[in-house]
Amino acid sequence: MSTARTLATAARVLRQLRHDPRSIALMLLVPCVMLFLLRYVFDADPATFDGIGASLLGIFPLITMFLVTSIATLRERTSGTLERLLAMPLGKGDLIAGYALAFGLVATVQSVLATALALWGLGLDVVGSPWLLLLVALLDALLGTALGLFVSAFASSEFQAVQFMPAVIFPQLLLCGLFAPRDTMQPVLEAVSNVLPMSYAVDAMNEVRAYADPTGDFVRDVLVVGGCAVLVLVLGAATLRRRTA
Amino acid sequence: MMNKSDAAAVRARGLTVVRGGRTVLRDLDFSVHTGRVTGLLGPSGCGKSTLMRSVVGTQARVEGTLRVLGRPAGDSALRSRIGYVTQAPSVYDDLTVRQNLDYFAAVLTPGRAAREERREAVARVLDDVALTSHTDVLAGRLSGGQRSRVSLAVALLGTPELLVLDEPTVGLDPVLRRDLWDLFHRLAAERGTTLLVSSHVMDEAERCHHLILMREGGVLAEDTPEELRRSTGSETVEAAFLHLVDAADAREGTTRDGLPAPADAPRKDTR
Repeated sequence: MSTARTLATAARVLRQLRHDPRSIALMLLVPCVMLFLLRYVFDADPATFDGIGASLLGIFPLITMFLVTSIATLRERTSGTLERLLAMPLGKGDLIAGYALAFGLVATVQSVLATALALWGLGLDVVGSPWLLLLVALLDALLGTALGLFVSAFASSEFQAVQFMPAVIFPQLLLCGLFAPRDTMQPVLEAVSNVLPMSYAVDAMNEVRAYADPTGDFVRDVLVVGGCAVLVLVLGAATLRRRTA
Repeated sequence: MMNKSDAAAVRARGLTVVRGGRTVLRDLDFSVHTGRVTGLLGPSGCGKSTLMRSVVGTQARVEGTLRVLGRPAGDSALRSRIGYVTQAPSVYDDLTVRQNLDYFAAVLTPGRAAREERREAVARVLDDVALTSHTDVLAGRLSGGQRSRVSLAVALLGTPELLVLDEPTVGLDPVLRRDLWDLFHRLAAERGTTLLVSSHVMDEAERCHHLILMREGGVLAEDTPEELRRSTGSETVEAAFLHLVDAADAREGTTRDGLPAPADAPRKDTR
């Protein structure tokens, strides 16, 4: 690993993004618009908005970063630039850390905007610290980046990569406790939801919403999400091969 | 630095590559001489790209002996000493020419201290490939020939000892093709760079110091253009190549792999 190469890679990814202002606008604005919509969908029932809104603050960064990373790494694979980079003195860790850093930065801006809008613009009722909300959102973004990187190895076109979103994200979305509390699900589904990382992301958000100080459950949830992200990043690194058939 | 008895930058013995159950390269022996321009010629699909990928170290399942710059091919110490240009230009379409070169230069010579060195290297390679007037254009907006020159410029960064170029002149107009071949010779003469250049255009063969003629995953002949023309009594390398193909066909009879034997062929039959 080399810090200079990691930073150069992150700067390059951000520079690529800068040439695509429409993508930046979509990444930053769509979560805000969704929260805004949701607030007025539940106009008569602010308590429901509190529940779903906090969960969504954790889910948006995961989905956005999953999509962005899977497409970006797939492009890197299909354009031949990945092969070129791996034939150069660049560590796989440098490349992955560079991507994680660049998209992490975008995710930070996205989360700050969405959290600020939800808390102060839409009156989302959260007992805990906004900083904790932001921490969970960032870990979720990292998890999304990791999943996207991993999945891109199994897609041979951008068309396939997009199809992985419903396959990887939707089941987690259904089972994470957003639609029904996890302990009220059919026991098999509850067991499945216990091993999906998004469940812990949503649980962590709900802990922040309900308690003023970080609870033991919150710490566990954060560790699970962070641990999953690191694990999947390592798996993703293993899919980058210097030699290919 | 170099062993006197070994003036070969690349030396292959019994090089074999199996790809998807098919033998793409079969028991190849060849050498690429240091500081010379070696042409790798043969029809499309004969295994040129696989051979180049093996030399660069990106090809999986390579068998036999393959030594590159005194080390086994694919050795991590070789990564900064070899420049490789794939057939399809591999650059970032959503970055400008300069941003592409800046990034790859930072991968090759990272760090703040090397900033000036990188700036010089980028200016030098832009000049080498005659793209100085296009530095701030997005690579995706360039023409096909310009994009492949950006790809070549990336390979020239860091002054590699060995340049492996896969069909670098495809789709270029005659003037640019001539300029690029002049550049290849300049690199060999002035910087002592070893070049391995593939092409399926036979008239480019005349501009190489040394030739490796390939056909169907094997080396058909390996010599200087003059010697190939002389030994086959041909006017051009193209005629020499065709002469060698016919001779090989006659020698092998009609039992070439993968092709059905013609009706009049004596069949060594399966029971």
